[in-house]
Amino acid sequence: MTLKGKVWTVGDHVNTDEIIAARYLNTTDGKELAAHCLEGLRPELVKQVSQGDFLVAGENFGCGSSREHAPLAIKEAGFSVVIACSFARIFLRNAINIGLPVIEIPSAREIKEGDLLEIDFQKGKIRNLTRKVEYTWSGYPPFLQELIESGGLMKWVTRKYIGSD
Amino acid sequence: MNLTEKILARHSGRRKVAPGEFIEASVDLILANDVTAPLAIAEFEKAGARKVFDPDRIVLVPDHFTPCKDIRSAEMVKKLREFSRRYGVRFYEIGRAGIEHALLPEEGLILPGELIIGADSHTCTYGALGAFSTGVGSTDVAAAMISGRVWLKVPEAMKLVYTGRRQPWVGGKDLILYTIGLIGVDGARYQTMELTGPAIDSLPMDDRFTMCNMVIEAGAKNGIILPDTITLSYLTEVAPQKKVTLDWPGCEADATWKKCLEIDVSLIEPQVAAPPLPSNSRSVREFAGQRIDQVVIGSCTNGRLSDLRRAAAIFRYGSVHPEVRAIIIPATQKIYQQAMAEGLMDIFLKAGCVISPPTCGPCLGGHMGVLGKNEVAIATTNRNFIGRMGDTSSQVYLANPEVAAASALKGRIAHPEEVLP
Ligand code: SF4
Repeated sequence: MTLKGKVWTVGDHVNTDEIIAARYLNTTDGKELAAHCLEGLRPELVKQVSQGDFLVAGENFGCGSSREHAPLAIKEAGFSVVIACSFARIFLRNAINIGLPVIEIPSAREIKEGDLLEIDFQKGKIRNLTRKVEYTWSGYPPFLQELIESGGLMKWVTRKYIGSD
Repeated sequence: MNLTEKILARHSGRRKVAPGEFIEASVDLILANDVTAPLAIAEFEKAGARKVFDPDRIVLVPDHFTPCKDIRSAEMVKKLREFSRRYGVRFYEIGRAGIEHALLPEEGLILPGELIIGADSHTCTYGALGAFSTGVGSTDVAAAMISGRVWLKVPEAMKLVYTGRRQPWVGGKDLILYTIGLIGVDGARYQTMELTGPAIDSLPMDDRFTMCNMVIEAGAKNGIILPDTITLSYLTEVAPQKKVTLDWPGCEADATWKKCLEIDVSLIEPQVAAPPLPSNSRSVREFAGQRIDQVVIGSCTNGRLSDLRRAAAIFRYGSVHPEVRAIIIPATQKIYQQAMAEGLMDIFLKAGCVISPPTCGPCLGGHMGVLGKNEVAIATTNRNFIGRMGDTSSQVYLANPEVAAASALKGRIAHPEEVLP
């Protein structure tokens, strides 16, 4: 799978309250959550992103609460991938479970707002078309790869536990 | 193996596990609340599941927006109620409940050596009883309700050794704020924090809960304390029928640690963490004078009986400052009753505090004390992120109950010794 998109950036330690504030958690509707995505940090951003754009962050992206509303809001807002230097663990597992691709590369910081990227998931390559640099990424461990290829956690569990019921 | 690895090995049917390995482990208890359960229920239903793996091992606690603050939160809690009726899972109605992480241990639902997952990041609280417990997402909960299992990556481990005697007014909250300040908000990312040492051995149960509650604020996967006689006497009280013993294997001599850190607690003064990160912690003295509008004493971090006792010991000496609102939130119904029986509520009311029913409420900016533009609060909660308690321009300082109470009396951040007669 190859994806191409424009980059929007945020900094280090972006927490789940900034991604989607608690006052919006009285719904589980993805579209509604998306309308307030990153409101605490960059209130104007959701209006500017186009379907398929990438979100690029610094260290510890998604720290804080376990609210799955956070990756959901990002996905529904139109972001197709989140790239960060590192992710907080619950955010990472939530993103994988709901099928929002996340990529951890230490050099994420070198990617700037507005850059055009091309991500080749099979080859583990990220090409920065604006800056003409290429990053490699080691991909997911086999277990997570299997989870992702099954189409997320629920599909994986359904096949394993309900299919054989 | 260390304590966490032993629990993970036991729950995944392996003799040994090592950091970095992915395992599928069986779960002893699954938790979700009014914010996270509706998503989990939706996924469960979408998958076409017709039964849960074990209704006794699933607990739903409505605590974030309850008693329901608006129509939509009422609709969300209804989903929990209906799901619990349909599948027979445990559901704690308000009036018999409280904040999940104070409630579950109090109900005797957590035992040493168990594996607990919860769709709430502060599920790590139960490590205080020697369990492996960690926060996950709603989809994880949906999957586990079907399979009784969860996928986990075995974490690397950090050993923290606390030595020395605590100064007056220093409790578990100060030790953990200090620790987070030391290692940073991602200092233990993806790791276990095993809390050990003589200062932990003598630490009361409530303070242990407070410490394990906040390990997530350093990015940790779980925090854990080896069960001892303090754990045992707590469990004898809350779960007398369970007959827990202490024949508990400690860490093996060959346990490996990614990092070991020794912390001399005698050097730690009462801490305050300035917004917007829990790692901005320093001695309360450095913040004395900071103006405040609101004080919140409660939450899964510091809303237990001993926290209320500590706050009351300060509120006895005065009244809440005329320009400040002070909100007391007992974490559970039982804590409320006990505080009442001990006369603590009288002290709070006389001092001019308002007492909320058990709820998360203002901790996450939900209700019962949301902040307006540019308002400042000091709270015994665990997060001081931007906008956590209300408007994005409002600010939250984190502290222990005595510091919060002293600040309520002074109308600014204050050291408890400032208000003693
Ligand atoms: S009290 Fe605050 S931190 Fe604890 S569970 Fe409730 S919202 Fe979360």
